[in-house]
Amino acid sequence: MSLLKLSITQLKALIEKKDIKPKEIVELYIKQAKKYQEKTNAFITFDEENIIEQVKELEKKLEKGFSGKLIGIPIAIKDNICTKGIKTTCASKILYNFIPPYDATVIEKLKVEGAIIFGKTNMDEFAMGSSNETSFFGPVRNPWDWERIPGGSSGGSAVTISAKQAPAALGSDTGGSIRQPAALCGVVGLKPTYGRVSRYGLIAFGSSLDQIGPFSRNIEDCALLLECISGYDPKDSTSINVDVPPYQKNLKKDIKGLKIGIPKEYFIEGVEEDIVKNIKNAINIFKDLGAEIKEISLPHTSYGIAVYYLIATAEASSNLARYDGVKYGYRAENIKDLKSLYIKTKKEGFGEEVKRRIMLGTFSLASGYYDAYYKRASKVRTLIKNDFLKAFEEVDAILCPTSPTTAFKLGEKTSDPIQMYLSDIFTINVNLAGIPSISIPCGFDKKGLPIGMQIIGNYLEEQKILNLSYAFEQNIGGFKYCPFEED
Amino acid sequence: MVEINKELVKYIASLARLEFDEDELDDFTKKFQRILEYVEQLKELNVDNVPPTYHVNINKNTMREDIVQPSLELSEILKNAPDKKESFFRVPRVVE
Repeated sequence: MSLLKLSITQLKALIEKKDIKPKEIVELYIKQAKKYQEKTNAFITFDEENIIEQVKELEKKLEKGFSGKLIGIPIAIKDNICTKGIKTTCASKILYNFIPPYDATVIEKLKVEGAIIFGKTNMDEFAMGSSNETSFFGPVRNPWDWERIPGGSSGGSAVTISAKQAPAALGSDTGGSIRQPAALCGVVGLKPTYGRVSRYGLIAFGSSLDQIGPFSRNIEDCALLLECISGYDPKDSTSINVDVPPYQKNLKKDIKGLKIGIPKEYFIEGVEEDIVKNIKNAINIFKDLGAEIKEISLPHTSYGIAVYYLIATAEASSNLARYDGVKYGYRAENIKDLKSLYIKTKKEGFGEEVKRRIMLGTFSLASGYYDAYYKRASKVRTLIKNDFLKAFEEVDAILCPTSPTTAFKLGEKTSDPIQMYLSDIFTINVNLAGIPSISIPCGFDKKGLPIGMQIIGNYLEEQKILNLSYAFEQNIGGFKYCPFEED
Repeated sequence: MVEINKELVKYIASLARLEFDEDELDDFTKKFQRILEYVEQLKELNVDNVPPTYHVNINKNTMREDIVQPSLELSEILKNAPDKKESFFRVPRVVE
């Protein structure tokens, strides 16, 4: 069996037994990453020399008795997570040449466990998009159908998993940017509780919504990765000081008797028939596994998109003010005065969608509009959060589709921002509430495109949603995350 | 409902230090209008007695000991500067 088929948990076991060297794994994945790069465009930066250098350093450390949970595992990193000495562009012209002088906390944590930082993945510019089409470095294509988008914004990270360009990846999720591409690419993606994973070194988009999380082929790997990146970080004042459970070790706990809520607002017109069919099938599997199924209501669901596009953009308009061409990144040329420097730099450096969101956010916060837009949206956010809190008084987890559609075609939704925004209708409210949620594969539509389902948990209950996912995965005999047979 | 016209778009752009060419302005204004029409739906709800949620973090005040920590090297920081002189970022002249 090809080593490419092995999960990181399996690779880890082989390395621990010394049956295989980290170098062999990394070289294999370098070959695979390069083989598919032209087709997927999943990587923005792939510095082979740097990767080989990391392996050499790791080997030296191993000789001295170094150990960790991810020895020699290549992990692809979304290009909005700062990596010391490796270009970090946010898929924007405005940061096209930015080389961070420090590592994000999650990168430090991965390195402590012996992981290899394996290339920086493509994304929507500043994580603003649902199709990976707003990237300055060109769109990413979906391995299940090259004419289709992989979802976004973490499209590159999702694709590295389904094209086996990497065995694991990190992404970020502000309104669905991990879960939606995971669903559209047929892989596993988890957004942790807000504060579970440090955001230090994650280039900010919507600071009250952003979370970093893992992409993987299976639930075991997802649990292992989450375990490695979670935890308190004094450098992020919103990081939660609560112990990290051994998620992977606890996976096998029985799910009998757990109550799963099915929100009726998530099975509305516009959700593709095949998706509803496969979710219903999954519900039956959970019934067979001994879970209790209960219909619930999250009455303010439909307001989520409107709330999000006022709040996330307001936060973004403030966060993105720093890109003014002074300290780093792109600077407009032949400028005579400081104000023009700011304006021209932003005008030339940001893409259309980013400008639209800065504008919307600036409007939402502007004097005279603040109460009617930003503040009202923040009040409706309370109602959305309370819907979940009320639901979790009755159920342990909530099950619903991740996305109303499977992967759509390139260019299909680019002319109408609202159509694009609606792709996130089932993922956005989770960010507004700050709760954890996982997207896992649950079948295919008639076109052969992967379908994802979402399991949402209460605050800090990642373990519960992982255990439910694991039980489902074992029952169906694993996920088919990659469309190619030959590798 | 707020009517979005080119003048308002230009005003918001000036607040954000952005600028649009005349030929982009029509399309941008139209799409902006459409988004604002969409978010109008929030007015259906009565939120008079609902407190706003600005964040969902369980932390209260995050305090730390006031201890000097090592910071990044100046030379490292300046490596990314589009223009610099000695230990400073350089920008176009501000005062005549």
